[in-house]
Amino acid sequence: MSIGLEEVLETSGMILFENFDIRALTLGVNLKDLVHPEAAALAEAARRRLTDQGTRLVREARALSDEFGVPVVNKRLSITPAAWLIEPCAADDAPLVLARAVDQAAAAAGVDFVGGFGALVQKGATAADRRLMDALPQVLGQTERLCGFLNLASSAAGINMDAALRLGVILKQMAAATERAMACAKFVAFANAPEDNPFMAGAFHGGGEADAALNVGISGPGVVRAVVQKHPDCDLTMLSEVIRRTVFKITRAGELLGRELARRLGVSFGVVDISLAPTTAVGDSVGLILEAMGLEKVGAPGTIAALALLIDAVKKGGAMASGNVGGLSGTFIPVSEDLAMIDAVQSGALNLDKLEAMTAVCSVGLDMFAVPGDTPAETLTAIIADELAIGVVNHKTTGVRVIPAPGKQPGDTVDFGGLLGRAPVMAVPELSGRAFVCRGGRLPAPASALRN
Amino acid sequence: MERQRVFIVVIGQDRKGIIARVSTLLYENEVNIEDVQQKVMDGTFVMTLLADVTDCGRDISELRSELDDLGSEMGLTIMMHAEAVIKAMHRV
Repeated sequence: MSIGLEEVLETSGMILFENFDIRALTLGVNLKDLVHPEAAALAEAARRRLTDQGTRLVREARALSDEFGVPVVNKRLSITPAAWLIEPCAADDAPLVLARAVDQAAAAAGVDFVGGFGALVQKGATAADRRLMDALPQVLGQTERLCGFLNLASSAAGINMDAALRLGVILKQMAAATERAMACAKFVAFANAPEDNPFMAGAFHGGGEADAALNVGISGPGVVRAVVQKHPDCDLTMLSEVIRRTVFKITRAGELLGRELARRLGVSFGVVDISLAPTTAVGDSVGLILEAMGLEKVGAPGTIAALALLIDAVKKGGAMASGNVGGLSGTFIPVSEDLAMIDAVQSGALNLDKLEAMTAVCSVGLDMFAVPGDTPAETLTAIIADELAIGVVNHKTTGVRVIPAPGKQPGDTVDFGGLLGRAPVMAVPELSGRAFVCRGGRLPAPASALRN
Repeated sequence: MERQRVFIVVIGQDRKGIIARVSTLLYENEVNIEDVQQKVMDGTFVMTLLADVTDCGRDISELRSELDDLGSEMGLTIMMHAEAVIKAMHRV
């Protein structure tokens, strides 16, 4: 059956007017074979491999984008969790030596971010894990393109509260180490972190992955917003249907492009992560989708239900389109990167409590939100623990990317520029959970984890 | 040899010579037009061309750049998508 003019025009319109793009092509690269007692030797070998792989990724991705006529926004790398790589290194500065080399490779190759500077400590931390955690403020403060993560919890292990407590202090150090607390924007704490997520800041190349795997992050809030706005009166069943159809189309484009790029690079094709990831471009907003569904503003009663419908439709449309749907697949609700979310916070419609409730149904968690810089470290830990508990109990990924903005109070704004946007500082309850989190230890996994 | 086909989309204010200029540019680049659909929607000229670029001796990015230049000159938006992308999105 021949393709009609309207169908071709629909694709062009998505790109021209609705910000449809392949948001991230992330090449996961195994570095485990490069471990070496000398940090400098490890760093140099990593720099060479990542420069080579990154250069090829950028070159081929540009060529393919040109050939296919689909925009590709970000080319990125993710690496083996760095804590594993520094295990045999005796020198205290091993994390920083490795970080600088990886950052150099990213700059030389022209990739915008490299993810994976982190550790999996959901049950306990090794000496190398602890060294890496303590180095995070320096590492993220002295590099431009590195992103860090910690997996602090899982549905099988529960929550490592000792590590979460340590992170509260580290987050404050990270905020102090960089202008506008930028290091905090490049770090995420997870429960149930996926090993093949192409999106930053939490991408890393997991232990169960091949030597190299290409993961594709497809976005398209603008496309979904447009189709929702075209159906102002249909019932929710039909609304879900039209969203599914649209997501199906954009996922198919991403799958095609990803498979071809993986073939040209000679690497495994990993996952297609279909996540609506907003940007501060006008209209490219998840908040606007919710408002087009019928909410007066994000945060209004009905917000969680609307978000649940949206995410369900995104997952189902994506799953129909690709057998490789994975990663986080759903919808991101970063406050600073979404004009409607920023507006909702500034107008008082959306507070931290409601945002937290939204994360119970969204695909990730509390993302890119700023809190006053004088928020106590233990309160940061308690906020993180609450969010991770939602993930642990519900067997889903949750994450926290919090910006404790030095010198800022509710009503102020932290402007990061670019994709990271600007974060209105949100009020944090003054009530303390300090005595609870300071008990430390491990918050047990739920009984629902006992499935074997 | 597998043929390489693209959809070229032309959108803008209707005026004389759009089809002539676009098809001449494609002819000069050894691009064969296999199908043309065109209409005026709400006062806007819209045309899609299915074109075989297999024999185009130039890089696809150069052809795209020439089409962009023509679009700028004539006040048109000209886009080009691989046929495979359009098929993947609109056909199961």
